[in-house]
Order: sequence, then C-alpha cells, then structure tokens
Amino acid sequence: MRVLVCVKRVPAPGARIVLTDDQQAVDARHLPFTVSPHEECAVEEAVRIKEKHGGSVVVLTLGPAEAEEQLRYAVSVGADEAVLLETDGSDWDPQATAAAIAQRTAELEEIGGGFDLILFGNESADSAGYQVGIRVAHALGRPVVSGIKGLDIEDGIVVARRETGAGFEVYRLPLPAVIAVKEGINLPRYPTLPSRLKAKKVEVATTQPEPVTGGLQMLRLVTPPEVASVTTILGQGPEAAPAVVDLLEKLGLV
Amino acid sequence: MVFLEHESGVPLETSQQALTLAGMLDEVCAVTVGGCQVGGVARHLEIDHPLLSDYAPEAIGEALTQLIRSESPTAMLAAGTERGNEILSHVAALLDLPLAANVTEVRPEGESWELTRMRWGGSLLEEAALSAPVKLATVAPHSFAAAPMADSIEAEPFTPELSESLRRTRVVDRVTISEGITLTTAPVVVSGGRGVGSPDGFQILEELAGLLGGAVGCSRVVTNNGWRPHSDQVGQTGTRVAPNLYIACGISGAIQHWVGMMASKNVLAINNDPEAPMVTKADYAVIGDLHPVLEAVVAEVKRRKGLS
Ligand SMILES: Cc1cc2nc3c(=O)[nH]c(=O)nc-3n(C[C@H](O)[C@H](O)[C@H](O)COP(=O)(O)OP(=O)(O)OC[C@H]3O[C@@H](n4cnc5c(N)ncnc54)[C@H](O)[C@@H]3O)c2cc1C
Ligand SMILES: Nc1ncnc2c1ncn2[C@@H]1O[C@H](COP(=O)(O)O)[C@@H](O)[C@H]1O
Repeated sequence: MRVLVCVKRVPAPGARIVLTDDQQAVDARHLPFTVSPHEECAVEEAVRIKEKHGGSVVVLTLGPAEAEEQLRYAVSVGADEAVLLETDGSDWDPQATAAAIAQRTAELEEIGGGFDLILFGNESADSAGYQVGIRVAHALGRPVVSGIKGLDIEDGIVVARRETGAGFEVYRLPLPAVIAVKEGINLPRYPTLPSRLKAKKVEVATTQPEPVTGGLQMLRLVTPPEVASVTTILGQGPEAAPAVVDLLEKLGLV
Repeated sequence: MVFLEHESGVPLETSQQALTLAGMLDEVCAVTVGGCQVGGVARHLEIDHPLLSDYAPEAIGEALTQLIRSESPTAMLAAGTERGNEILSHVAALLDLPLAANVTEVRPEGESWELTRMRWGGSLLEEAALSAPVKLATVAPHSFAAAPMADSIEAEPFTPELSESLRRTRVVDRVTISEGITLTTAPVVVSGGRGVGSPDGFQILEELAGLLGGAVGCSRVVTNNGWRPHSDQVGQTGTRVAPNLYIACGISGAIQHWVGMMASKNVLAINNDPEAPMVTKADYAVIGDLHPVLEAVVAEVKRRKGLS
C-alpha cells in the first residue's frame, strides 16, 4: 500500500483568536502551529496501514516554507517522505488548493508509482471548507467518502465506516480511493527521540506551484461578537455544594 | 435551488433554515431525493433513481449537477451539515465551481455575492466574495430561523442518468447502536478536562450525570490521553452540544472546546483557577479542587432526593 496524506499548517489559538491589524490573518506571532486533529489522525491511520500491509507513506502540504515543521512532525510519527508545495503564505482558496494538490499528486505518481489510498482530514482546522479532498478525488477520477471514523483494507477494497446519530453506515470503495477522516478513528502516537532525529534529516521535496485565484476570495476576517457574561461565583470548594444543588433545582434537573 | 435533507418525508430543521435564506434571495425550487412534504416554495423537484435508495453522496452530487445543467438556477444551497457539505462539494468539483461552506449571511452585490462564513468551527468569521455563474453555498446550522412549513405542493419528478459505477460510494450496510441518553440529547452534560486527572477520576462525573439523567463529556486532552473515547469529546473536532446545563470540570475553556458547548443554555465551571477562561465566560462557577466539590454535590443531590 502506497498512501498519501494531506495536512495543512494552522496556528493553534488558545482562549481567544486575535487578528492582525489588516484583518487578513490570525495574529500568530505568539502562537504555536499545528495541523487539524482530523489530519493528525489521517497520518496515524496511514502509518498503521503501512505497518499492517507494508508499503510507504508520503505526507504533503501546501503552505509557507515553515510548513516543513508539520511535515517533519508527520515523519517523526511514521511517514516516509515529505512533499511541500511552497507558497508565500497567502490564503489559497479550496479550488486553487485542490488543483495544485491534484497536479502534484499526479506527478508524484508518475515518479514513484500510484497511491492506493489518499487520506485527507474531514475539514481543515482554520478555513473548514469540507471540500479539498472531494475536489482532488474528482480531479484524479477516484471514489471518495468523507466523515470516516473506521477503515479496513481488504483485497483491493477499503471498507469505511461513518457515524450517524443512530450507529454507523458502511461503504466499500474499490482502490485506489480517497477518504476524508475524522478525529477518533484512532489515537495518534507521539514521536520518540530517535524518530525525531530521523525526521530532522529527511529531505523535503519542494516545488513552487503557480498561485491562481479561485472563485471564493477572502476579503477579511472578523471575530464574532463576544457575549458579555457575568459569572456568579457559587462558592469555594465543597461548601458550595448546596448552592450548586439549588441551581440544579432551579433548572429543573433535580 | 435548495437541496433538502429529510427524514421519513419531513425536511430536517437545518434544511428548512437553508430554505429561509434562499427565500431572501430569489424564487425557490426545493430539491429532494425521494418523497418529502415541502411547501412555501415555487417548485419542488423530486429526484428518483434506484441507485439512490440509500445514501450515495457521489451519485446525488451527479444528479444535482444534471439538474443545474438543465435548470440553470442562480444558486444551489444546502444545509451546512455533514451530508450537505459533502454533497455540494461533489457538485462543486463536478462543475469546477467555488463553494462557500457554512455561510451565516449573504449580501448580493450585482453578479457576485458578498458573504460571511464560519471558520474555526464558528469561533472566527470570514467575509468573502463569491463570483460564479451558479453560486454554491451551505448554510451554517441555526444562523436562520426555519421557515414555517406551508401546505405542501405537488412534486415534479426528475430522473437523472446515473452510471452503475456510482454504486462504489453508496452505503452498503448500516449498524445500529442503541444508546440511552446521548451527548447531543442530554439535558445536562457533566464534562471533564485535564483537571480530572485520570480515567478513574471520571467515576464521580459518571455518578453525577447518572443522578441528573445526563451524559458525560470531555475535552480533547482527555481523549488524547486515552481516558475517555472520542465519542465523548465536545468541541470543534468532537461533538457539539446545547444542553440546559453544561458542567465544565477542570476544563480551561480553549476556544476549540468552547465552540462545541457555547450553545448551552447555562454553563457551570468547576475549576481551581479563578482566571481560567471557562470560569470567566461561564454563568456560574465554583472555585476549588473539582473532586471534593463533586463529591459534596453528589451527596447533597442524594440527600435532597431522599437517597441517603
Ligand atoms: C484545530 C484544533 C481543534 C481542537 N478541537 C478540540 C475539541 O474538539 N475539543 C477540545 O476539548 N479541545 C480541542 N482542541 C484542544 C484545545 O485547544 C485545548 O488544548 C483543550 O481543550 C484543553 O483541554 P483541557 O481544558 O482539558 O486542558 P487544559 O487546558 O490543560 O486545562 C485544564 C484546566 O483544569 C484546571 N484544573 C486542573 N486541576 C484541577 C483540579 N484538581 N480541580 C479543578 N480544576 C483543575 C486548570 O486550572 C485548567 O483550567 C483543539 C485544538 C485545535 C488546535
Ligand atoms: N493547504 C493544504 N495543504 C494540504 N492539504 C490541505 C490543505 N488545505 C486543505 N487540505 C486538506 O484538505 C482537507 C479539507 O480541507 P478544507 O476543504 O479546507 O476543509 C484538510 O483536512 C486537509 O487534509
């Protein structure tokens, strides 16, 4: 199994999101960077598939040069190769992102052989368009399902499970296929010291795609109005219990 | 055009909310797969095809694409649900058109739209320009009131041409797990974060939830530590809840957690840090170590219920 995983570098804000003065981005000067939990799980799933069925895992991102950090992290938890589509850090819309990823994927397949499976996160952490994976699948002419929380590989088939309110539904896709996964499909491992050293040395295959404008253009970001709230302190420690239960009674819960 | 999801012939509330937005923009044609009661619209097209007897996102996307080609609507909307986002993404890919997911507002500006859409699960908004011959957008749940349903009108059938190969992405099996009270339906959610300290630390949360007829939730730190299954996780990449009361025990209130429970009617934080964002944003708070607090609360509930 040759598996490709696509991840996106995003800042990880804490209790609130602060914007840059021009409202074009999240002010990330004091923030760590990460990828969506869905994508972390996609990487872990790819590595588990490799461990079970053999093969290799390629991780790809479209983003600024700094996105190497996220690629190296993926290598430190088991990916074999890292591919960067380097941009100037500006916001690429989903159509443009998907077109660049699909084109680069086709090139990678020509060089290194076809991917049996391409994994995406269900939605990116920041822009959450829910669509890049589906667009790439169509561009490559492959079947795709999203929202997947369970995967098994059988002869030439991927069995995928998706949660519904009442249980789950099952899909059987012929390989090669594209799957967008959700957090909870597995519990990702942490890197080890030797694996981190190995990741430091891995060569990142970098290309610079032509920037194109898609049909959805971000104008500005705005933080939603915060609902001003006054917190009623019910007490300190266990002595607060009667006040808590008074509240439960008032809300009709006891 | 609005693609409606329905259950046993009744449109989902989120789909009705999408109808509301559509009605503000233009004359509305509702589209459903299979029979559904729809009123208050100019037309209702009912897609009928044997391949669509169970959920098949790729095939539905193809059917809608054929409809768009034959009817040339100005826009196609759907609810910003898992299925709505998935199906319109297929349409967008097939027609190579832009798609704006989870819009909360649309302001037509001549041929294009200026719109507001959700990022970061709703903790950030984006204002964007959408220019396309057919505008594709999903409508963020609960951004618009559901239109009251008028008497339903007669549906016109539409039979798409679907290749057998589209069976490859159709649901082949369903497994039902019957749970009692679930996170999304519970009137009270007792939720724990890192402050709970261990898997065993959740026993007291379980006990309180049991006494109140509620469910147990948790933060991502908890699921990442393997203390609870991911199905208990509340937040941007977990479940969204809106109970009467959300009790956040040892949860700091990171924005990705907050978006998952901000629709709760009341929030009670139990935290030993009075400066924690969860405490400052909550309606009620108890400052202190959560375990003795919860033990005292459980004892008091039992006492008042006459259980001890
Ligand atoms: C893209 C993305 C998506 C994410 N999605 C989610 C999501 O869906 N859900 C989610 O929860 N998180 C999510 N996160 C993670 C989120 O940013 C936080 O890391 C996480 O919510 C923190 O969990 P916590 O509050 O349990 O832990 P901490 O932030 O460590 O907070 C622990 C709190 O417990 C208090 N405490 C400690 N001991 C005690 C005690 N004995 N008694 C009382 N109080 C105590 C502390 O004062 C502190 O306030 C996401 C992050 C990213 C980047
Ligand atoms: N810039 C990017 N680089 C690599 N993968 C991406 C990028 N943007 C989105 N993706 C992938 O596509 C998924 C869906 O993204 P979106 O359509 O933005 O919600 C993400 O979870 C990623 O797996």
